[in-house]
Amino acid sequence: MGAPRPAVATDGTLPAMESDAELLRRLRAGDERGFVTLVERYNGSMLRLALSFVPSRAIAEEVVQDTWLAVLRGLAAFEGRSSLKTWLFTILVNRARTAGVRESRSFPVADAGPVVDASRFGPGGAWVTPPEHWIEEAESRVDALKLTGLLRGAIEGLPGRQREVVLLRDVEGLTSAEVCSVLSISEANQRVLLHRGRGKLRSVLEAELGGGSR
Amino acid sequence: MNISLLGVFRRDLVCQQVVEMVTAYLEDGLSRSDRRRLEKHLAGCPLCTEYLAQIRETIRLAGQLTPEDLSPEMRSDLTEVYRRWLADG
Repeated sequence: MGAPRPAVATDGTLPAMESDAELLRRLRAGDERGFVTLVERYNGSMLRLALSFVPSRAIAEEVVQDTWLAVLRGLAAFEGRSSLKTWLFTILVNRARTAGVRESRSFPVADAGPVVDASRFGPGGAWVTPPEHWIEEAESRVDALKLTGLLRGAIEGLPGRQREVVLLRDVEGLTSAEVCSVLSISEANQRVLLHRGRGKLRSVLEAELGGGSR
Repeated sequence: MNISLLGVFRRDLVCQQVVEMVTAYLEDGLSRSDRRRLEKHLAGCPLCTEYLAQIRETIRLAGQLTPEDLSPEMRSDLTEVYRRWLADG
């Protein structure tokens, strides 16, 4: 069962989603609706990823459009060994890097500092300024939109490579192997970038939602 | 962060080390002995347990961010791309 979604809705509340394979079959057969459905499914994620490589929305949209064309032209080569999403992202990243001004000025290696500021630990390495509580606050937030905006902003604020890894891994839900393949980075590098990225997002959430003293 | 260096010490882990090992832990990338030491620390340290829970919550929240909907402009541009591709057959 390689399909990312169940072919049949089990609870009956949602209509069954067509599998990617079925949509690919339809668009190959000349069915425009099949193509548009696929675009609706992935275009937003592709655009979001493209935006992390290039300096403007216009360029990102161009990259996404180029990617779809490349996908159509390369359909014959897609063997379904990776998921369609991973394949789309791989093509997109290659295109975005070619177009990407941001890439050329991004730092090659993750910044080296600790993930939690050293001043928060005593000389023995135990917490002296412990993590402030914020999980309950995040989960009970009436203003979910504000929380979403906060997190989006925090991700946008991450350095290039960290942002790419966090987007693919935590936002899009790819596996670490898929992320390494899409970005052409090593497993170890992926983990360091993910570690720093997640740590920074946590600090932003702590600073915004953390209790009392602020 | 150099996880392999942390393995050199056979002493108990301190909080400052634990926070640097959290991702490797969640990725199942620690050696069995480092994993045991980390879990031992967590069992006795509510602060690091809280930190780990916060990282998990951060991941969960990130996973809920939905992408924007397809704009009518992109829809028509891409439909055009598809039609041209079909025509070039």
